[in-house]
This record gives sequence, structure tokens and C-alpha cells, in this order.
Amino acid sequence: MKVPFSYVFRNLWTRKLTTMLTAGGMGLVVFVFAAVLMLDAGLKKTMVGTGSYDNVVFIRKAAETEIQSGVSREQASLIESLPQVARDRDGTAMVSKESVVLISLTKRGQDKGSNIVTRGLPPMGLTLRPQVKITQGRMFRPGSSEIVIGRNVFEEFEGVAIGQSLRFAQRDWLVVGTFDGGKSAFDSEVWGDCEQLMQAFRRTGFSSTIVRLADSNSFDALSKAVAAEVRFTVEGKREQLFYEDQSRALSTFISILGTVLSVIFSLGAMIGAAITMYSAVATRTAEIGTLRALGFRRPSILAAFLTESLLLSLVGGIAGLVFASFLQVLTISTLNFQSFSQLAFGFVLTPKIVVQTLIFSLIMGFVGGFLPAFKASRMKIVDSLRAA
Amino acid sequence: MRPARQRIDVYFLKLIFKNVFRAKLRSSLTIIGLVIAIMAFGLLQTVVDAWFAGANASSAARMVTRNAISLVFPMPSYYRDRIKAVPGVKAVAHSQWFGGIYIEPKNFFPQFAVDHENFFEMYPEFLMTPEELLAFKRDRQGAVVGRKLADQFGWKVGDVVPIRGTIFPGEWRFTIRAIFDGKDETTITRQFYFQWEYINEYLKKRFPRRADQIGVFNIEVTDPGRIADIAKAVDAEFKNSLAETLTETEKAFQLGFVAQSEAIVVAIRVVSFVVVFIIMAVVANTMAMTARERLAEYATLKALGFSPKFVAALVYGEALMLSSIGAGIGILLTLPVASGFANSPAGAIFAAFKVSSDTVLMQMACALVVGLVAALVPGWRSARIRIVDGLRHVG
Repeated sequence: MKVPFSYVFRNLWTRKLTTMLTAGGMGLVVFVFAAVLMLDAGLKKTMVGTGSYDNVVFIRKAAETEIQSGVSREQASLIESLPQVARDRDGTAMVSKESVVLISLTKRGQDKGSNIVTRGLPPMGLTLRPQVKITQGRMFRPGSSEIVIGRNVFEEFEGVAIGQSLRFAQRDWLVVGTFDGGKSAFDSEVWGDCEQLMQAFRRTGFSSTIVRLADSNSFDALSKAVAAEVRFTVEGKREQLFYEDQSRALSTFISILGTVLSVIFSLGAMIGAAITMYSAVATRTAEIGTLRALGFRRPSILAAFLTESLLLSLVGGIAGLVFASFLQVLTISTLNFQSFSQLAFGFVLTPKIVVQTLIFSLIMGFVGGFLPAFKASRMKIVDSLRAA
Repeated sequence: MRPARQRIDVYFLKLIFKNVFRAKLRSSLTIIGLVIAIMAFGLLQTVVDAWFAGANASSAARMVTRNAISLVFPMPSYYRDRIKAVPGVKAVAHSQWFGGIYIEPKNFFPQFAVDHENFFEMYPEFLMTPEELLAFKRDRQGAVVGRKLADQFGWKVGDVVPIRGTIFPGEWRFTIRAIFDGKDETTITRQFYFQWEYINEYLKKRFPRRADQIGVFNIEVTDPGRIADIAKAVDAEFKNSLAETLTETEKAFQLGFVAQSEAIVVAIRVVSFVVVFIIMAVVANTMAMTARERLAEYATLKALGFSPKFVAALVYGEALMLSSIGAGIGILLTLPVASGFANSPAGAIFAAFKVSSDTVLMQMACALVVGLVAALVPGWRSARIRIVDGLRHVG
């Protein structure tokens, strides 16, 4: 015979302050736990959204980022001539030879500069990134000292409004528009004309070369062709993987820090749950005896108290999750250690995270409530009835 | 009347102490929770401090000059002589971030190609014997490493360390010629230095366009009081040139890195206070339950003539004693745990990991606040309880 659920529920309801405090403690832990998962999911979404599967990024061997890399004009032309590279209707190879530098801009409310990726790209570069859309103003004109600003840079940095100019490399660069990269890493970049930027920075080689594959499956063939040619000291990676690798260190950092914190914090919350449940058992000793005398079996008592603890943690878990979901309006902009530049990303709540978080809170409730519930179920009828 | 009052105080404390340990299981669980939370708070604050280690280790008499566009752009090496000629500049050295990989990326440590003639003269906080320094200067492939780094990988003087270049392609081999200790605890000894000439000679042969380029200039000034003016004078020297410069104090330069990852620092700070809130809820719960169980007792005390203030003081005293015991153990445990972490492989990523006295003070303040807040509602309720209701109350 099972103890009715309403008995469990009402026990929590009568001790509102205790229930609220215990669930509140658990809710805070769940909040931290969910926030970390959401941040990591947001980072991954940003990086995966940046690359497209059919694009391949070529950078110099041993270089890990575009900033460290150099691709000579000769190498870029050789890549362009490979048969695996897609051609558009005019027969032009779908190749974007790009120059990437870091410039220092000042965040609003700070007095120190932060590194911003500034990408010089030819018109084909825009074709290869269809997710990038101009939101205000217009695109830069090829062959001019004009630049367009990514959404996050526009929102967080000073001096980048349309009509303003940035001064670097002995030139003034006029801001003519802002673009939305569809929540990708491009939102944290500044774009301009490749040849103009290279001239200004006195560069002779490109940083990277991005190509569209003619056939999605021809990546291996392309890699092989590049590996076979001694003049190539470059390496290709699918764009999606390339960007995922760029944020691996940051992602690992977030998840390790988050996991360690969640585990330590959950100890505190589990202790809180145990205290509450032990006290519930202690004050209800006579009740437990009565229940037993009425014919409820030991497992039913165990189940009743465990359910109470699980319900408590579920309330905390849901509360924590609700508050964590508000984080989705926030965007975090921080230094990506690998690319040494600012990267903005948000919190993303996925169904998987909801399930993980609720399971996490139920585990806290189970661990915290098991011993007290066990104690309740082991009580002898006579002793507990006498305790009143 | 004085002695009598003092006796009451002693009894009062005794009563509180007895009360704390009346429900042994609950009190011990609460104390364990407090220990974990206060320790976690202290360790998180120390992580934040570690972020600022570079800035704290900087000297007030040194400046750093970099390319104004951003750190990844170099400056021509001839800038050195022009900087040296600026009035107020005592010495100039240069360094270049190498960013290589030792065996695999997770073994990250900072490597700098430096001006071997002048660099270490400018950094007296790196302690090594003159013989070792001389041996380094004489070996083009020589390297100077910090004690912490040498201990981490078990390196000795004479060992050969292979490093794969990412910015400077190729497999580089260095021979350790000196291992330096820090002058005091703020000195960071996790760096790897070698001769800038070594990479420059290679670049001259392979990539002549990239040769004779400098990442940053390190400048020592004669008068730290005039450092801002000297910095301006240096930057004025290169105004409207191909590589305009930005000169700032070493501290400001280091804080620039912190500012770039400020979001992470803020997040860790916020989270460290979240743990205090969690434990606040736990202790408040303990106190609420305790006070509820003892309502009849408090009513009895009031019936005997004790004031509501006395009853409230009992509740506050109990909460504060509970939080002080927990925090005391937590603070005592923070130090060994922090040093254990600092010496573990995971702790090696931090240049310095030491619990500061400010952190300990903040831990104490947190314990005080937790105790006071936890007693707020129960204390108020107990003080206000009507004697009749309290005596009738069954916990």
C-alpha cells in the first residue's frame, strides 16, 4: 500500500519557510549548473554556426589560428586551380583569399583595449558566408578604405557607429555599415577589403584561404592533392571543425570550472536537503509510528520520505532552471585564448540541458533524502508511537 | 552589580554553546556545509587573484611599448636606439612572444625570445647566479627557465627542450642554461626565455621580411614619478610612422590582458557569492527549524521574566556561533587545500596561486553575514512569540 501523494505534498506545504530555504539553496546550485551548460552550448552553437560544412579553411602547417598563419599568393593560386574547388556560374573559382589581423578597440565602460579580429576579404568571401547579412548602412565597396562592423562589436565597443572612422595603419577607415552574422563568431569581427588592408599593413601574403568544395565528399581528395604537392606548406580543415577547434580551450575551461563548481556547491545543497529531511523525520516520529500501525509497510514509508525529498529538489530544480532561462538575453564577450581575440557568445537553453539539469537536481534530492528516509523506514512501531 | 552581570554573560555563552550541539547531527551537517562553502569561496577568490598575478608582479619603474594597432603587430628593431635616446629612459630590452608547443598543446607555458644582453639586468627579481647568466648569454640556443616551470617538467640545467613553433614554424631545440628563483612570492617563475637572436638569424635566412621585428620593448625609467610623461615622449617619437607605438606601465600592460577576459573574472566573482547565498539558505533553514522546535522553551524563558531581546540574542548567538565554527574550520582548511592545488598539475596553469589576507578577511565577513541573516527571521519570530502560544506550541 502506498502512502498517498497528498500526504507528501502537504508536509512540504505546512513548513513553508523550511521548504523555501531548502529548495532555494538547491535552486541556486541548479542555476549555476544550468548556466555553465548553457554557456558551453552557446559557445559551441556560435562556433558551429560560423563554419559551413562545405567550406575548407587553409592555413599554414603548424599554425593553429589565422593570426599565426601565412599563405603566399602563389600557394593561394595553386589551391584555386585544384579540380575539387567549386566554380560559380561564370566559372570563377569559389575561393576567398583573406587577410586577418587584430586591432585593439575599446569596450564601452573600459579604458583598456580588447583585440578584435579584422578580416580583409574579396567579394567571393561574402558569397561563401551566406549567413552574414547587412543590418544597417551598406556593405563596404571593394577597393576602398571602408569597413563594416559585426553586431557584437557594434553593440559593445566605442567609436564604431556608422559615419565614424577608425584610425589604424596610417589610414582612416570609414564605417559604412553593420552586419549580423547569425550569432556566429563573425559577429565579433570587423570586415574590410582584403587588398586595401594588405596594402595598409604592408603584407604580401594572405592569412588564410577559404574554398567551397565542388562536392561535399571531396574533402579527402582535396587534402590528398594538397599533401602531394611540395610547394604547399598549408593544411586544410573543414570550416566547421576549424572554428570548433578554435574554441576548444575556452570550452574545456568553462566545462571543467563549471563541473567542479557544481559538484562542490551541490554538496552544500545536499546537506541542506539532508538537514530538512532529518528534521522532518524527527518531528514526525509519532506519525510514522501511526502510519506503520495502520498497515503501511517499511518500503512505503521509505518511498514517501524519498518522494518528499525528490519533490523538494524538483521545486528547486525548476526554480533554478526558470531563472537560468532568463540568462538567454545576455551576451558574454571575452578573450578566446587560442585566437587571442574577443569572442561574443550567449547562453543557450536546449532540451538536453533541461533534462540534464532536472536529473541533476533529482540526484541531489535522492542523495540528500535517502539516509533520513531510510532512518524513518527502520523505526520500530512501538518506539515511535511512544516517542510522542 | 558588575560581577553578577559577567556571570550572566558566561552562562549566556554556555547556554548558546549547549544549544548549538543539542541536535548533533543537524549541527554537524550544517558545519560541514559551512566548511565546504567558506572554503569554496576562498578558493574562488584566490582564482580571481591569480588572474591579477601578472599585474601584481610588475614594477613601477618599467614600461612596455607595443605596436599601437595591437600586440600581434611587430615594430622594427631599430626603434630600440630611438627609445634609448628619449630623456628619462634608463635601459631598453625587447621580447617577443613565441607561442610554441612543448610536446602537446596542453603543456602550455609562456615562452619569450628576449634581448639576452639586457633583459635580465632589467629584471632583478629573477634570481640566478652570474655564472648561469653568462652561460646563457654565450649559448645561442640557451634558455632560462623559472623554478616552477622547471619543477613541473623535471628540467635541470643542461637539459635540451624541443619546442614546436606555431608563429615561427619549425622544431626548435633549446638547452637550459639557467633556472631562476623569484625574489619573493609575487614573482612569477613559470616562463621560458631564450635568445631573440636565435629566431632572428633563422628568419633572416628563411623569411627576410619577418626578420628584425620586435614584439614589445621593455623600458626601465630613471624616475618612476615621471613615467607617464616618458611614455608620452616615447609614443611621440613614432607618431605618424609605419608602426605607431603605445607605451604604458608594466602594470597597465598586464591589466590589459585581465580586461580582455573580464567577463570570466566577473563570472567567477559572482559564482563565489552564489555559494555564500547557498550556505546562507542552509544555515537559515537550520536556525528556522531550531527556533521552531524551541518555541516552548523561549516562551518559558519569557514567562520567567527574560526580555524578548534576550531571547532574540540567544537565537542570534547560536547562529553566529554555528557560522563561526564552520567558517573557522573552512578558513583553516583553505590554506593547505590551496597549496595542494597549486602544486598539482591542474594548478600549474596559474602563475601564482596563493590565499591573500584579504581573502581570509572576506571569508570572515561572509561568515558574519551568513550568521546574522540566518538568525533574522527566527530571531524576530522567537522574540515576538506570545507566552501562551509558545507554551501551547508543539514542535
